[in-house]
Amino acid sequence: MDFSFISTIIFLPVVGAILIAFLPGLSPRMIKRLAALFTFVPFVLSIVLFCNFDLAPGAVGGIQFEEKLLWIPAINAHYHVGVDGLSLPLMLLMTFLGFLAVLISWKVDLRPREFFAWLLLLETSILGVFCSLDLLLFFLFWEIEVIPMYFLISIWGTGRKEYSAIKYVIYTLFGSSMMLAGILSLYFATGSLSMVDIAQEGLAMVQSVMPAAAIFFLLLTGFAVKLPVFPFHTWLPDAHTDAPTAVSVVLAGALLKMGGYGMIRVCVSIFPEVAWAYAPILIVLAVVNVLYGAAVTLRQTDLKRLIAYSSISHMGYVLLGIFALGGVSLVGATLQMFSHGVITGLLFAMAGLVMHNTGERGLRKLGGLVRQMPVIAVVFSVAGLASLGLPTTSGFAAEFLVYIGSYSSPVFEGIRFCTVLCVLGIVVTAGYILWMLQRVFYGPVREQFSGVADAGILERVYMFAFVAVIMLVGIYPAILTDVIKTGVMPVVGLLGG
Amino acid sequence: MNFWLFTPEISLAVFAIVVILLDLVVPRKGLLTLVSIAGIAVAAGFSVVMWGMSPQAIFSNMLAVDSFALFFKLLFLGIAALVILASTDYVSRFARFQGEYHALVLLSCLGMMLMAATMELISIYVALELTSISLYILVGFLKDARSSEASLKYLLLGAVASATLLYGMALVFGVTGETRLGEIAVVIQALAPDGVLANPALILGVVLMAAGFGFKIAAVPFHMWVPDVYEGAPTPVTAYLSVGSKAAGFAVILRVFYSAFGLPGWLSLDWGLVFAVLASIGMTLGNVAAIPQTNIKRMLGYSSIAQAGYIMVGLATVGLSSAADVAGRSGLIFFLTSYAFTNLGAFIAIIAISNKVASDRIGDYSGMGRRAPLLALALSLCLISLIGLPPAAGFMAKFYIFSGAVQHGLLWLVVVAVINSVISAYYYLRVVRVMWLGKPVSEERVPSSGALKLALVISCLGVLVLGIIPGYIIKLAEMAASMFVF
Repeated sequence: MDFSFISTIIFLPVVGAILIAFLPGLSPRMIKRLAALFTFVPFVLSIVLFCNFDLAPGAVGGIQFEEKLLWIPAINAHYHVGVDGLSLPLMLLMTFLGFLAVLISWKVDLRPREFFAWLLLLETSILGVFCSLDLLLFFLFWEIEVIPMYFLISIWGTGRKEYSAIKYVIYTLFGSSMMLAGILSLYFATGSLSMVDIAQEGLAMVQSVMPAAAIFFLLLTGFAVKLPVFPFHTWLPDAHTDAPTAVSVVLAGALLKMGGYGMIRVCVSIFPEVAWAYAPILIVLAVVNVLYGAAVTLRQTDLKRLIAYSSISHMGYVLLGIFALGGVSLVGATLQMFSHGVITGLLFAMAGLVMHNTGERGLRKLGGLVRQMPVIAVVFSVAGLASLGLPTTSGFAAEFLVYIGSYSSPVFEGIRFCTVLCVLGIVVTAGYILWMLQRVFYGPVREQFSGVADAGILERVYMFAFVAVIMLVGIYPAILTDVIKTGVMPVVGLLGG
Repeated sequence: MNFWLFTPEISLAVFAIVVILLDLVVPRKGLLTLVSIAGIAVAAGFSVVMWGMSPQAIFSNMLAVDSFALFFKLLFLGIAALVILASTDYVSRFARFQGEYHALVLLSCLGMMLMAATMELISIYVALELTSISLYILVGFLKDARSSEASLKYLLLGAVASATLLYGMALVFGVTGETRLGEIAVVIQALAPDGVLANPALILGVVLMAAGFGFKIAAVPFHMWVPDVYEGAPTPVTAYLSVGSKAAGFAVILRVFYSAFGLPGWLSLDWGLVFAVLASIGMTLGNVAAIPQTNIKRMLGYSSIAQAGYIMVGLATVGLSSAADVAGRSGLIFFLTSYAFTNLGAFIAIIAISNKVASDRIGDYSGMGRRAPLLALALSLCLISLIGLPPAAGFMAKFYIFSGAVQHGLLWLVVVAVINSVISAYYYLRVVRVMWLGKPVSEERVPSSGALKLALVISCLGVLVLGIIPGYIIKLAEMAASMFVF
């Protein structure tokens, strides 16, 4: 195909960001329209891409819509982008959330020019991570993301926003510095920066520089901070809680997935033997993530903090799915990333709306809102039920696949027990979700909330979009799993399973 | 001998004298800037014409005209040009001697150019002194208490460093009987390992020379002068010191250690490891000491100690790699280039801000994002580049220099370096935070002159181009690294 789809999708938002930042005399209204335009077009284009994605058996495992240019000859780095079954759903997710994030931010009036410029730059960097097939390019996009996040949290956030922002930056940079060391070692072990080539040609040479396991863990640290994996998770509640709503949506929805995606694309694909050897440790960490995350969530009294901690628990399922190292579990993990992105995106959007309309976020102070905001209450409940994995929602499909996959996984003896423990996590999830819904929407009506507004037209539009995606994937998961399978098959081939 | 090969240096010296003379007769001082820039342009023109020629040595093997020297000459000329552009407003603070200011900038640039080109111990010393003495005067140019103190401190410590260097050179000469680098290398290679070890004077000489040069590049433990001098000197001079003098120091170290002490392998392995250790100490110390600073020039002083540490990772790589391998050298050269653009950009923004605010306290930068959005944006970009984040030059520079180090088994050093980058993010971002999040001290806008804007635009473009499409400059750096005259 002549038209370079991927580059257009990646770079349209940043073009919008530059226009917004430097065109003189833009009114706030105009800025928002521009931002919406420059995120809507990539969204449409990625749908077009999704529809044109070749599912034929012959195309399995192939990178499609590939673009490759020599970038820095001296170190054999390429501008190499493309999508396969793993990255396409995540790219679609990001463009979807990117557009909705602009709609969610429609009421931002503080320094809108900078806000939307950073938001659009953030979208470009995350899209770049999902589409890069060259390690240097991947790392470049991975690092760029830090800057807009820092500004978005520290300027437009709430609470201890500056502390949270710098904490986020330091954690991320710590992880990515380990990753850089890993990438450099990998580069000199193989002489190549191409993820595809390295994965296919194997790692016979790695031993010469250092043990493959060391490189594996250097890289894994970077991804583990982002996912986040216990004990690297403590940045997450702070960042999520203090970030502005749209940023929480993107952060929980798409940014965490960079970690899971990286684990599959880099760690598991390039180091299958090491992954087999160390999977038990990571499975145990996954169980800790699920149960510890859920237990801590139960204790939260702040609406956003509660959702933030629930993300840690849900990302545990992704980790479980990935390191069960089977075809079904990997499909499940990828679907869980997509599904969690949409569900938690919606949860954060709803939480933001409740906070915006009532001016309150403490669960002890909210209550009885179902009368004032029935629409929000219904949608919030749908999102909550999806989050605890109710059938017909995407959450069910994804978690079910993860459980089936990991229960039958031959990774190690105890994995069945671990899976059962994770399934128990659902019970706790049901507990906190229902408790939260009850606290916010039911119970005695409170005087101070009598004049509180329900969702407006714009809000209903994006709420509908979220719910539609959740239900669509829940009822007909094959629409995504067929695509994901084409990406997972080659990984499974490398794993020898 | 081909005299033509010396034209860049001659033309620059001539223009330096012309500037002083013009100052006597011309009332409009703006002309001095123009003439200085013209002098730099002429010298740069001559250097560009010579690029790509086969390397040669002139003045009976005292000066090299190779890609390495030419690359650095162009780099120093570029730095001097930006410094002069950035000084246009600042010089009006000096009541008199504007001509001398410009002339001294040109003369120290001449000294740096010679430092990159000399291949003989005595001329190295002369070139170094030409650079240093011009800089001693420039540091004291403000004539207030701080500036004078800085100048005196720099002079005294610099003199000690020069003496150390000279002592080291004398010892090396005493053992080898040669002052030309190539000949020294021949003598050392002729000594068997036992012969070298039986000559502690030679080892001492090498160590003392490293110490003398270490002063120039602000390597720990010879960094004590940096914060005070950076704080007290006129800001354009600080900028000049932080990039020009440092790059010249690294150029001369690279040439001396690579040409004279590069072989036998175990000797270069030894000094490679010494530099690796110095690098890790320098990075850590510089970054940790920068955290509590409240004066931005002082903070950048400590940051430059840390950056010298990162650059020494390249030196360590050179020591550990075989002579034919250019990765370490070209990584170092590329890092110096991107560091030059980055740090100059940061200092130019600081100059522009201080012209209005008349303070270097970080607290006074509060709300600069509103008062001078473009200046704040440029400064933020440069600070992000100093952290080593994309899309700025610092990212590529670190990636490139660290990749060489990993290749030669210095993974531990790279891990120290990347962790240091994380530490550095804390204090660099603090400035960014103050500028964009703080409340403006006053609503007054901060204007900047055309020359300053031009200089700032050039450095920021450099930062971005080196960060996004570094291919071409890396190619030039590899050429520079591979074409050495012995």
